[in-house]
Amino acid sequence: MTPLLPGTREGLVTRSEWREMREAAARRKPSVLLGKVLYLDKLTVSFDRFKALDALTLHVDPGELLCIIGPNGAGKTTMMDVITGKTRPDKGSVWFGQDLNLLALTEPEIAQAGIGRKFQKPTVFEFLNVFENLELALADDKSFWHTLVARLTPVQRERIDEVLHMIGLEAERTAMAGVLSHGQKQWLEIGMLLMQEPELLLMDEPVAGMTPLETERTGELLLSLAGKHSLIVVEHDMGFVRSIAKRVTVLHEGRVLAEGDMDSVQNDPQVVEVYLGA
Amino acid sequence: MKIGKQALSVLFADRASLGFLALLAGVALVVPVLNVAVPESSPLHLSSYVVGLIGKYLCYAILATAVDLIWGFCGILSLGHAVFFALGGYAMGMYLMRQIGTRGVYGHPVLPDFMVFLNWTELPWFWYGFDRFWFALAMVALMPAALAFVFGWLAFRARVTGVYFSIMTQALSYALLLAFFRNDMGFGGNNGFTDFKDLLGFDLQSDSTRSALLVATAATLAASYGACRMIVASRAGRVIRSIRDAENRTRFLGYRVESYKLWLFVFSAVLAGVAGALYVPQVGIINPSEFEPINSIEVVIWVSVGGRGTLYGAAAGAILVNYLKTYFTGALPELWLYALGAIFIGVTIFLPRGLAGLVRAASRVK
Repeated sequence: MTPLLPGTREGLVTRSEWREMREAAARRKPSVLLGKVLYLDKLTVSFDRFKALDALTLHVDPGELLCIIGPNGAGKTTMMDVITGKTRPDKGSVWFGQDLNLLALTEPEIAQAGIGRKFQKPTVFEFLNVFENLELALADDKSFWHTLVARLTPVQRERIDEVLHMIGLEAERTAMAGVLSHGQKQWLEIGMLLMQEPELLLMDEPVAGMTPLETERTGELLLSLAGKHSLIVVEHDMGFVRSIAKRVTVLHEGRVLAEGDMDSVQNDPQVVEVYLGA
Repeated sequence: MKIGKQALSVLFADRASLGFLALLAGVALVVPVLNVAVPESSPLHLSSYVVGLIGKYLCYAILATAVDLIWGFCGILSLGHAVFFALGGYAMGMYLMRQIGTRGVYGHPVLPDFMVFLNWTELPWFWYGFDRFWFALAMVALMPAALAFVFGWLAFRARVTGVYFSIMTQALSYALLLAFFRNDMGFGGNNGFTDFKDLLGFDLQSDSTRSALLVATAATLAASYGACRMIVASRAGRVIRSIRDAENRTRFLGYRVESYKLWLFVFSAVLAGVAGALYVPQVGIINPSEFEPINSIEVVIWVSVGGRGTLYGAAAGAILVNYLKTYFTGALPELWLYALGAIFIGVTIFLPRGLAGLVRAASRVK
């Protein structure tokens, strides 16, 4: 039996291919000049008999803000798990840019290659202050031996200040992340993603639990990020999706049910039936 | 040089660290003087027995610091650190056994007594080199490091965490306990090593050697403390605390969590090994009972009594609990285990941050 290398369980990559891909990931960010930032091809993930993803095919264009909606169990979180390396699919492939096979990489390698992920529940480091949270997210050498002696350069400090400004937490700079409000934690987490200077941002319910004002500000923030970064936003809040979305993809039972702008999706009879209700 | 300055500034910026190191320096200066220079008739004289006890407590303090580094800061609850302590102790014990030479009961120039007793005719290969002090010192660090590396690599890579990791470390302790009990292992079986004569040519029974060992232990504790403090104050230290609080978040930020855990675990094991190596010449014996699973659990109690995640609290907890142990096992031996249990429960319920938390709260009130 060939050793099980990261990759699909079916079409395993050879050891040398695998090594090349990992080196490519470490060396540079993917080239996205031509084609798509992210391309999911016929992804299938099953847990026991249940198919969380069923030959899901999906792509993200450079600089695009793609919204994904769908009822519970539609496979939204599983899809993010596959993209970020947490779950390995049974079949299919995931390409980041032209030439980066994400299935060959580990979670930290995927993060380093330029994919940032915000969790559904805001996850920040509560015992560190806001500045330190951003410092840890900084795009830098992340090996143990480097961080042991690393000190911030003036450029890096500037970058942290810049992100602090973007997420509107300048005043909370030295506050412990644990004492921030729910909305502020969400922003801090988004700020942490930005520190990684990612090509692609995955946002799992970025406005869950936010006040209307916070939701509005988050929408503005996300819109300002599109163009510079590509974004996938998974969200339940229809009003929010309507306010930011250009292209919406509806997932249902692990498949794409409909795709298009918000109006056409909302008027699609199939979508109305499974998700939006009457 | 830059790193050295940074480390020093870390230590001096923090009053608790400064106080701890000053106290340690005080002990290292005063105890030998009271023992060697003050005449026995004086009430200020410290007996050699007390000097040995303090030295032993300081070894335990190093061990507790090592456990606090991984448990308090990275959330890895090792219930097997006595293993690394004992391995370091055995490496030192092997050197001390080879130093005995012809002064053993059987007077064999090369073979330790227990080997002669077992009718062995030549030294097993793994005893080679232990007649040299530098080699033994290297092994004191390398043996625990190697075991921690292999064990940690397997466990962390398989993402074994929490209580499952703790149970595995207990199993490791028990396995090594049984292995070292066997005479065939070549480590003296049940009896282990004892009857040491000298270390680097200095008589282990003399007061000055014992005082020197105490000073060396205090210096090692200070150095270990400084190294741990430097690690936790660095960016790596913040990554380590992040792993403790939100492992997945850390991983998705691009940190190789397993590698952080592994290096920290290996470093902690080396500290434990060094503590064991200092312990053996001071207590004069090492045997398989050092591997007892209960020993590793006791270390965790010391750390929680002193205060997890503070380093100095762990060291203080080790000294305090062991002082109580000495007192109880002398005065009321049958009550000791109950007392230990009561201390642990009491601290867990009333002082979740340990004594260090109490001190901090008190200083805030003032």
